[in-house]
Amino acid sequence: MNTEITGIVVSFLLTVLLAFPLGKYIAKVFNGDRTFTDFMNPLERFIFRLSGIDPNKKMNWKEFLKAMLTINLVWFVYAFFMLLYQDKLPLNPDGNPGQTPDLSFNTAISFLVNCNLQHYSGETGVTYLTQTLVLMFLQFVSAATGIAALIGLLNGIKEKTTNNLGNFWKIFVKTITRILIPLCIIMAVIMAFNGSPTSYKGKDTITTYQGDTVSVSRGPVAGFVAIKHLGTNGGGWFGTNSAHPLENPNYLTNMVEIIAQVLIPVAMLFAMGFYIRRKKFAYVVFGVMTIGMLCLLIPTVVTELNGNPEIAKMGIAQPTGAMEGKEVRFGPAASAYWSIVTTIISTGSVNSFHDSSMPVSGAMQLLGMMVNAFYGGCGVGFLNYYIYIIIAVFISGLMVGRTPEFMGHKVEAREVKIAALVTLLSAFLIKGGVALAAYFVAHHPDIAWAVKPSAWLNNPGYHGFSEMLYEFTSANANNGSGFEGLGDNNTFWNVSTGFVLILARFIPIIGPIAIGGILANKKYIPESAGTLKTDSLTFGVMTFAVIVIITALSFFPALTLGPLAEYFQIGR
Amino acid sequence: MKRSKNTSSLLSKELVAPALAQSFVKLDPRMMYRNPVMFTVEIGTTIMLFITAYSYSANDKSVGNFGYNLTIFTVLFLTLLFANFAEAIAEARGKAQADSLRKTREDTPAKKVSAVGEIFTNEIHIVPSSKLRKGDMFICEAGDIIPMDGEIIQGLATIDESAITGESAPVIREAGGDKSSVTGGTKVLSDKIKVRVTTEPGESFLDKMIALVEGASRQKTPNEIALTILLASFTLLFIIVCVTLKPFADYANTTITIAAFISLFVCLIPTTIGGLLSAIGIAGMDRALRANVITKSGKAVETAGDIDTLLLDKTGTITIGNRKATHFWPAKNIDSKTFVEACVLASLADETPEGKSIIELANINGASFNTRDAKFVGFTAETRSSGIDMPNGIRIRKGAFDSIRNIVVRAGNSIPSETELKVKEIASNGGTPLVVSQNQQAIGVIELQDIIKPGIQERFERLRKMGVKTVMVTGDNPLTAKYIAEKAGVDDYIAEAKPEDKMNYIKKEQAGGKLVAMMGDGTNDAPALAQADVGVAMNSGTQAAKEAGNMVDLDNDPTKLIEIVEIGKQLLITRGTITTFSIANDVAKYFAIVPALFISSIPALQALNIMHLKSPESAILSAVIFNAIIIPLLIPLSLRGVAYRPIGASALLRRNLMIYGVGGVIAPFIGIKIIDMILGLFF
Repeated sequence: MNTEITGIVVSFLLTVLLAFPLGKYIAKVFNGDRTFTDFMNPLERFIFRLSGIDPNKKMNWKEFLKAMLTINLVWFVYAFFMLLYQDKLPLNPDGNPGQTPDLSFNTAISFLVNCNLQHYSGETGVTYLTQTLVLMFLQFVSAATGIAALIGLLNGIKEKTTNNLGNFWKIFVKTITRILIPLCIIMAVIMAFNGSPTSYKGKDTITTYQGDTVSVSRGPVAGFVAIKHLGTNGGGWFGTNSAHPLENPNYLTNMVEIIAQVLIPVAMLFAMGFYIRRKKFAYVVFGVMTIGMLCLLIPTVVTELNGNPEIAKMGIAQPTGAMEGKEVRFGPAASAYWSIVTTIISTGSVNSFHDSSMPVSGAMQLLGMMVNAFYGGCGVGFLNYYIYIIIAVFISGLMVGRTPEFMGHKVEAREVKIAALVTLLSAFLIKGGVALAAYFVAHHPDIAWAVKPSAWLNNPGYHGFSEMLYEFTSANANNGSGFEGLGDNNTFWNVSTGFVLILARFIPIIGPIAIGGILANKKYIPESAGTLKTDSLTFGVMTFAVIVIITALSFFPALTLGPLAEYFQIGR
Repeated sequence: MKRSKNTSSLLSKELVAPALAQSFVKLDPRMMYRNPVMFTVEIGTTIMLFITAYSYSANDKSVGNFGYNLTIFTVLFLTLLFANFAEAIAEARGKAQADSLRKTREDTPAKKVSAVGEIFTNEIHIVPSSKLRKGDMFICEAGDIIPMDGEIIQGLATIDESAITGESAPVIREAGGDKSSVTGGTKVLSDKIKVRVTTEPGESFLDKMIALVEGASRQKTPNEIALTILLASFTLLFIIVCVTLKPFADYANTTITIAAFISLFVCLIPTTIGGLLSAIGIAGMDRALRANVITKSGKAVETAGDIDTLLLDKTGTITIGNRKATHFWPAKNIDSKTFVEACVLASLADETPEGKSIIELANINGASFNTRDAKFVGFTAETRSSGIDMPNGIRIRKGAFDSIRNIVVRAGNSIPSETELKVKEIASNGGTPLVVSQNQQAIGVIELQDIIKPGIQERFERLRKMGVKTVMVTGDNPLTAKYIAEKAGVDDYIAEAKPEDKMNYIKKEQAGGKLVAMMGDGTNDAPALAQADVGVAMNSGTQAAKEAGNMVDLDNDPTKLIEIVEIGKQLLITRGTITTFSIANDVAKYFAIVPALFISSIPALQALNIMHLKSPESAILSAVIFNAIIIPLLIPLSLRGVAYRPIGASALLRRNLMIYGVGGVIAPFIGIKIIDMILGLFF
């Protein structure tokens, strides 16, 4: 087999091999079983005492959400002002300026919601203080928020009938102390030993062989990169993210980063199986998600390896595939794999430039984010999948002649209403956003704004449309990767994507938790031969069909005008 | 059983004409808004009407040409009419069914009893039945038609209920007890009864049912509401899709006509299920009515599909009426012919079904015996045996084992051990042994057995595959009950059941999250009927029982519960499959319309026109036409319901997903292509 393909297969297999024991461990942590990290107990108790939290207080779904949303609001305010006034704060060796209010708004939200859409460049837009105490801090807590939300939902599924989704604070703190910090330490060490900087000194200057001087930004990169991937955040230390040689020095670190970003999302699925004692259900979900991933991955790898037909028309051979926008040390296959992984699981870090991907790859990356539930982000991946499950349960329940039920609870009008709203949300935010942007580009290209709409797009036509579509899709998926080529650091994009980010983060968390809470409160109905088994292959196929149909119905016209039109135009 | 009225064709002439008229009446937006999907179609059609008018008067190229707009408008209008027609025809069928029941009870003369009359007390006047009010009293004599539903307060009568049940054998109804209810429209064959009216005119179960079908008071069932929400949100989704398409098209420098926008929108929203949804619900109640079951709400039919536990009375449901003699077991040394003759002699005067069955089994003509001077000894609670004293001094007795043993032992004889053994064997097989003695000597045993209805095992097997647990309720002792339960294949039984046992069992099951259905007739069943999630009262039952249940079975057939469960399941399945079909259709419609919209400005998108439709205009028109005609094509399916197959939930899902999901993706590709080819012949 082609070594590039082998690299992908090995990366994926390693991920699954590591995720399985990790999942078992995570289930133990939240079950309160003994684990080797119990030495963290005193630290956790100290945190609870310091913050006046009773970690044993039970919470119903409303209290659970209240706790989660309140603390998120606090973090937002904190991050916003820190970024706004970073120039006046210490640890700014390169003398970077404070952010403008709209950029600060966008950045604070973007990191708060685990998206990390970066409308600035790390070298010049932030300081070491805000990189570590704001952005890195948010990378930890946003990942932990997602995981805590999932555990809350699972607490509802686990019991026959309950009001209690568990204590948000306790789950949240344990996620950080028992899962994120230990894993990050391991990864940071690997990164540091492979050449990622871990210094607080400012820019360094090197003289090249040609005699030019180049100043090179640095900082405590290794630790940042660890949580960036483990927490499916994706916000890079440097502007060019993991394509930067100091952020992703070699093929080994590339593999480590790829594995790290999928690790927790996959482990959470296995953890779910152990935690709610329905292993088969977890395996079916894992299977559906994996097939979904493969459906996106295979076309991407194939087209990238085949090279660009426009270049081929010029009579240039492309033995290594489409190399535009890719790093030579990774190659097109590993870049293709990364581009799919980073879009399906909402990391949004990049090691190549998606703007330069072939149209088919662009479509696959967009689809990955539109579905946003093939593994998905830390914790929130399954929350998104859960919404699809509710709709699949409802329709298939009818098809077998029984009022639909999921895990022993009847799915009725209220739950369907919430699930339908959440499903509608992505279509509304993405298409609404793109429609607004397209409207300005088409009708008011020269409106008197700091950056005129006519100057937004690097490319005209379909590719320009894809750039706008990608930006809003990325914001809606809380992904954070950029198609780039879009002039996005201006009021329109900062504010519009900022709102998309908040809504697309919290409504898809609130929805599933509310459904889970309402369902958990209902009378438990034991399974019978007439009950639809949700852990069966058939139901897995049904869920997959629902995902495909809903995504296709929502986005087909937009995809047609963007990547599909481009694909048909440049020929095959 | 006569069921001629149930075989009327789905779309008979007398139903279609009024339904067509109703289709127009139902265009009234005040009625339409109840159905969000079709309401948006109506708005779209109205806009299209204005556009058509505008394109006729003004020469504005951006709205397209008049002829094309008019065609689109017509097709959209037809879509609306088709959906309304589906609902109207379902209503008409239900109404026709109910009317045929109601016709029997229209204004019959009633002999009303006035407690304080003009001259006498308890004076009798003839009044039209419509003048009777709740609480009024009337009398009926042989040959009278009972004018109103009521309860017998005095007397006993044989009544012909064939008008409502189709069952020709007359039934006996009497005051007090569990068979005191009479139904309007039935005929008294003998005797005289005094009846108290129990319902106000227009409020009988049948009237309520007709109102339910007619729509005014029809309330959406919980499941229908949930589905409507889902469909409404799909509609919203496509509003978003269509609205945002405008700036997208502007960006791509493409003009899209309003006709194209509205066509795309109407095609995409789930009009198929939206148009058929209420028809499916009505048809569910209608199917119940065809099974001679009156439902008091649509919800009850829906709930029936979810039933987990069925409580069934043994007698009449699982077994045929009474026990029957199945075997003669003579004792050793006794000639089998002699024994049989003795048995027959002892049963000659026995009028109980058991006694008759003994003679039947012996296959001997009782009249061939000379019993002129014989003395028959009837059954008494004291002796618990019966028999005959022949003139020649032979005394034969038959009875329960302990009573015969008393007779035998008292005379100084003993029961042969093999007879005793046989008695035990029969009892443990669920039978009832009758021991026969001749001159204080035990001469053998007659075995009586409950006869399990043929085919009942298969029905229980079918129920088990549906996931429904069956529970037999019987007054028998636990040993017999267990045996019959096993033989009939029920999952559980309640032996020596008292009315409160049923109640407790229902409560216990419900506490475990199960939904329970039961059938009952007596007043003492009423609390249990009310407690059960689906309580089916027999029409012959007391008023209290009928009030307590949420369905009334006109046939008084205890196996009806099984049919009701299937009707409920069928209702949900029909909704689910047509929803799936409707949504799956959208894939093909996208492939028809989206390339058509953009092909002029982006010729590369011709590659997406995988159906090779002739022109953008004909592509859009074909999609809209397909969208419209699929509704009438599916009307028969929604009225008849998708067949339920007890093959397990996963297998059923696979099957329906293949037929309606995959089929729903493929069918419109073929349909739209064919329509496009036909349109190609004209343009």
